[in-house]
Amino acid sequence: MTPEPAIGMALPERRHDCDVVQQMLYNASLWNGHRIHFDMPYATEVEGYPGLVVAGPLLGDWLHQIVDEWLDDAGMITGIEYSNRVAAFVGETVTAGGTVTQYDPDSGALTLEVFVKNDRG
Amino acid sequence: MTGLLSTEVLSHIGRQTDPQREIVTRRDIRKYAVATGSRLQKYLDGDVAPPLFHLHLFWDVVPLDTLSPDGVFTDRLLPKFPLEKAMAGGLDIQYHQPIKPGDWLTATRTLSNIYEKAGRSGALIFYEVMMEIRNDAGELVVSEKTTRILR
Repeated sequence: MTPEPAIGMALPERRHDCDVVQQMLYNASLWNGHRIHFDMPYATEVEGYPGLVVAGPLLGDWLHQIVDEWLDDAGMITGIEYSNRVAAFVGETVTAGGTVTQYDPDSGALTLEVFVKNDRG
Repeated sequence: MTGLLSTEVLSHIGRQTDPQREIVTRRDIRKYAVATGSRLQKYLDGDVAPPLFHLHLFWDVVPLDTLSPDGVFTDRLLPKFPLEKAMAGGLDIQYHQPIKPGDWLTATRTLSNIYEKAGRSGALIFYEVMMEIRNDAGELVVSEKTTRILR
């Protein structure tokens, strides 16, 4: 983390390609067998999705990563509150980013707003 | 209130899972870090676990024949709800201590609340599950509240 944090400062954004191999490895690492993540006929024909659904917690992980990479070893994440608004699909590219909303220079406590959004915003 | 939730369903509030104790390994951290696309070397080397690694550590490992046809396991903590279509939920997580290889951690999950609300297109059921993860010294390592919405 190079510059001194300031309210309104934007974090460097990161683009994530929602890759099918990554989905497989991620869900396997969790032991998540939910078909919507890897079974294309099931996801599209039975559940009516436009494609394979990116695992919700992976999007949550990308929220953490945008902060963690910016902090590097200058701090740690003590808490997060988030919700999944819309699904992301394999083949899409999403953007993770964030903004500093509160900063206490004495304690070093930071509050940030973070997002992962698709190309439709 | 629309009275969707019976006394029987509400009686499940407070129900807890048996504590689940797991060991953290460097290899599991490395696999998780690679699978999430992490770029931080401390995670890729498995020196310390990234945040959310506890999802990996405590996801229920159940036999294949207990999965539903869509590949999902039934959470034994939950009663049968009168609404079943899951909508997006939310998480509220507090990280108290870092997680490292060799740590033995124990998770306990509690169904902490069930309530209903009138939504724009009908009634919604909300439920909350609290997960507490402690080390062998009994210290809190991660606490997490998940809120799920059913319609």
